[in-house]
Amino acid sequence: MLNQALSKKRKGFEALVKALMLLSVGLTAALVLFLLIYVLGQGIPNITWELLSTKPSYLTERIGILPDILNTVYIVLATLLIVLPLGVGAAIYLTEYASNKKVVGIIEYAAETLSGIPSIIYGLVGMLLFSNSMGTCLMAGALTLVIMNLPTIMRTTQESLKTVPQSYREGAFGLGAGKWRVVRTVVLPGCVDGVITGGILSVGRILGESAALLFTAGFAHAVNGLIDGLAAPGATLTVALYVYAKEQGEFGVAFAIAAILMVLTVMINFAAALVQKHFAKRRSI
Amino acid sequence: MSIISVKELCLWYGDHQALRNVDIEIPEKSITAFIGPSGCGKSTFLKTLNRMNDLIPGVKITGDIRYEGTDIFSKEVDVNNLRKEIGMVFQKPNPFPMSIYDNVAYGPRTHGITNKVELDDIVERALRDAAIWDEAKDRLKKNALGMSGGQQQRLCIARALAVQPKVLLMDEPTSALDPISTSRIEELVMELKGKYTIVMVTHNMQQAVRVSDHTAFFLLGELVEFGKTDDIFSQPKDQRTEDYITGRFG
Amino acid sequence: MKKNQLMEKVIHGIFLVLGLITVGCVLLITIYLVISGIPAIREIGLIDFLFGKEWASTAAEPKYGILSFILTSVYGTAGAILIGVPVGFMTAVYLSKLASPKVKSVMQSAVSLLAGIPSVVYGLVGMLVLVPGIRKIFNVPDGASLLAAIVVLAIMILPSIIKMSITALDAVPKEYEDASLALGATPIETYFKVSVPAAKSGIAAAVVLGVGRAIGEAMAVMMVAGNVPNMPDSLFQSVRFLTTAVSSEMAYSSGLQRQALFSIALVLFLFIMLINATLNFFLKRETE
Repeated sequence: MLNQALSKKRKGFEALVKALMLLSVGLTAALVLFLLIYVLGQGIPNITWELLSTKPSYLTERIGILPDILNTVYIVLATLLIVLPLGVGAAIYLTEYASNKKVVGIIEYAAETLSGIPSIIYGLVGMLLFSNSMGTCLMAGALTLVIMNLPTIMRTTQESLKTVPQSYREGAFGLGAGKWRVVRTVVLPGCVDGVITGGILSVGRILGESAALLFTAGFAHAVNGLIDGLAAPGATLTVALYVYAKEQGEFGVAFAIAAILMVLTVMINFAAALVQKHFAKRRSI
Repeated sequence: MSIISVKELCLWYGDHQALRNVDIEIPEKSITAFIGPSGCGKSTFLKTLNRMNDLIPGVKITGDIRYEGTDIFSKEVDVNNLRKEIGMVFQKPNPFPMSIYDNVAYGPRTHGITNKVELDDIVERALRDAAIWDEAKDRLKKNALGMSGGQQQRLCIARALAVQPKVLLMDEPTSALDPISTSRIEELVMELKGKYTIVMVTHNMQQAVRVSDHTAFFLLGELVEFGKTDDIFSQPKDQRTEDYITGRFG
Repeated sequence: MKKNQLMEKVIHGIFLVLGLITVGCVLLITIYLVISGIPAIREIGLIDFLFGKEWASTAAEPKYGILSFILTSVYGTAGAILIGVPVGFMTAVYLSKLASPKVKSVMQSAVSLLAGIPSVVYGLVGMLVLVPGIRKIFNVPDGASLLAAIVVLAIMILPSIIKMSITALDAVPKEYEDASLALGATPIETYFKVSVPAAKSGIAAAVVLGVGRAIGEAMAVMMVAGNVPNMPDSLFQSVRFLTTAVSSEMAYSSGLQRQALFSIALVLFLFIMLINATLNFFLKRETE
C-alpha cells in the first residue's frame, strides 16, 4: 500500500510543471546574462577617454559625451533637490498630521495614479506645463521628473516613518513638546532611511528616463556650468543614447553609453540593497 | 494490536537532540494522548509519524518507525501515500481559502478522484463523520474562512477524513478554541475512535483523562512513561510523571 | 503661547499643502490632457478619430484615424502578456517556493537588474539583435515589426511580474501548505493547487501591472516596431503604437496634427486610468 508509486497522471503533472519552471528560470537567467555580457562587450571597447571628456564636433567628426554626462548630473541634482523635500513633506503630512482617513485615501490614490502614468505622458504634460513657459531646458525636464519621482520618495519615507516607535512620539509629547517640535526632533531623523533609499531609487529612475525628457529637456550637446546648464536644453545620457542609435546610426557610441548605464544600474541596485540591509539590521537591534 | 511501532527513535535539529530513544507501540482504533511540558518533543514526535519533519532543513532521524509492519523511512515508501494513510489535524484551524466543498474534496481530488457523484458522496460522508454536515450542507459553496474557529477545526477534521486515512494525528487540536468548541471536538474524537486510530498531542491533562485510552508522557525528548490512561493518572510508575500530573512543574 | 499656536497652525498648513501636491499633480495632468486633447477630437469627430483606419497626418488631405494605433497597442500588450506572464509566473513560483535561499537571492538581484535597465538599452539591443534576427529567421524584408515589439515588451514586463508574484506567493501562510502536504499532496501539487490560488489576487495585480507597463512603454517600442502607421494584421507588419504615435511626430508637428497627438495621449491616459483602477481593485482584495 505504502510503496505504491504516484499515479502516472500525477507524475506527469510533476514532471511537466517542474520542466516549465526550470525552463522559465533558465530563460530569465540567460536573458540577464546575455544582456549584461552583450551590452558590456559591445560597449566597453568603445569607451575612450576622448569620448568621455569631449563634446561632439562636426568639424572633426568626433563624438564626445561629456555634455551628456554633465547634463545627467545636473538633472539628477536638480530633481533630487526639489523632490526630496516635497516627498518627505507629503509623507510627514500623511503619517503625522492627516487625521481624516478620506484625505489620506485620496492622497495615496493620487500617488498610486502618478506612479502608473507612463513617461511619455509625463513628457507631454511636462512640455505643456513647463517647456511652454520656460522653454525647452534641463530645468523643465527636472520639474517633470519631480512629479514622476514624488510617489517613490513618499512611499519610502512613509515606510521608514512607520518604524519610528509610537512611544517616541508619545514620550516627546509627554514632555510638553509641540507638534512641530516632535516632528523636528523625533520624526525627521526617522526619515533618513527613506530619504536615502528613495533617493537611490530615484537616481536609477532618472538615469533610465528618456521619453519624459525628449520633449521637455531636448537633446542639445553643449557643455555648460550647473546654472547655465539647467536653463539650456540638453540631452541626458539616456536621451543621447536614443538619438545616437535611432537618428544617427552611431551604434558604437550608443553601446558605450549603454554600457555606462548598465554599470550604473548595477551599482545603484547594489547600493539600494546594501542600504536596505543596513537599515533592516539597525531596526532589528 | 499496534498499528504503529517505534523503536529507538532519535531526532536532531542540527546539533540539538529533540527526541531520545523513543520506543512505543501505538494501539489500533483507540485514542493515544501525548502529554508533557512545552518543548518536550511530543509535537516533534507526532510530526515524525507522517514524516512532516522531512520538510525542515537540518533534521536528522535515526531509529525505526513501522506502520502496519512497513518501515516508513524505506526508499520504496512514497511519502505522499504515507500521509494519505496517516492524516493530520493542526493546532490552528487551517482550512484553505476556498469553498467548504473544495476544502474537503481537495484530498480525494489530489489522489485522482474526479467523478462528481463520487466526490459529492465522499464530501458528504466526511462532513457527517466530522459532525459538521448539518452546519455546512447549505453553504458548501461558501468560503470556509467564513466559519467560526470551532467549525473550521471540524472542517479540517472532515478534510483529513476525506482521504480515508487509518490514523489521525492531532496536534493540540483544541488549544486555539473556546470551551464549547473544545467539548464538541472531544466528543467527535471519541466517536471517531471506532473507525480510526487517533494520536493526539495535548497540553491539557483533563482532556487526556477525558478522551484518551492510552497516555504517553514525554520529558526533554524522552518518552518517560506509556500506559493505560487510567494507570498513568492514578498510579504513575515514574516519579517524574507523578510530579508532572500533580502539577509540580510544567 | 499664542505665537506658538499660530506657528503650529502655519506649519500644519505647509504640510497639508505638501501632502496635497500629488492630488494637484493628478488633477493638473488630467485637466491639461483633457483640455488639449478634446479640440482635435471635436474637429475630427470621435467616431472617425477612434475608428478611422487611416492615419495620414501630413497628406494634402490629412486623415486622423487611430484605430491602427489602438489595435497595435492592444495586440502588442496582449502578446507581451501572453509570453511574459507564463514565464514570469513560473519563475516566481520556482523562486518563491522551490529555490534555495542562495539561488533565490541571486535571481532576485538579477530580476532587479532587469527592472533597472533603461528602456532605450532594451531598444538598442532589440534594434541590433532582435530585428535582424527576425528578418533572418522568418525571411521577411524588415524585422522591425509588431513581433519585435512584443518580444521586447515581454522582456520588459518580466521583472514586475516576477517581483510582484513572488511577494504574493511569499505571503501565503505556511499552514495552508502544511495542510495540503499532510493530505498526501506533493510539494509541487501543493504550490500550484493551494499556494497559487491563495495568492491569486496578488498575481492578478502583477499581470495588470504588466499590462500598464507594456501599454505605456514608448522608447523601446519606438526603436524596434518600425513606426509605420499600418493596421496590425500580421506579426511582421511594421506598426505604430499609441505611445510611439505621440512621440514620433511631436517634434515637427503643428496645428491640427499636433492637437491630434494630444488626443492620442488622452486616449492612452484613459486606458492607463482604467488599468490603474483594475490594479487597485486587485490590490485591495489582496490586503483583505
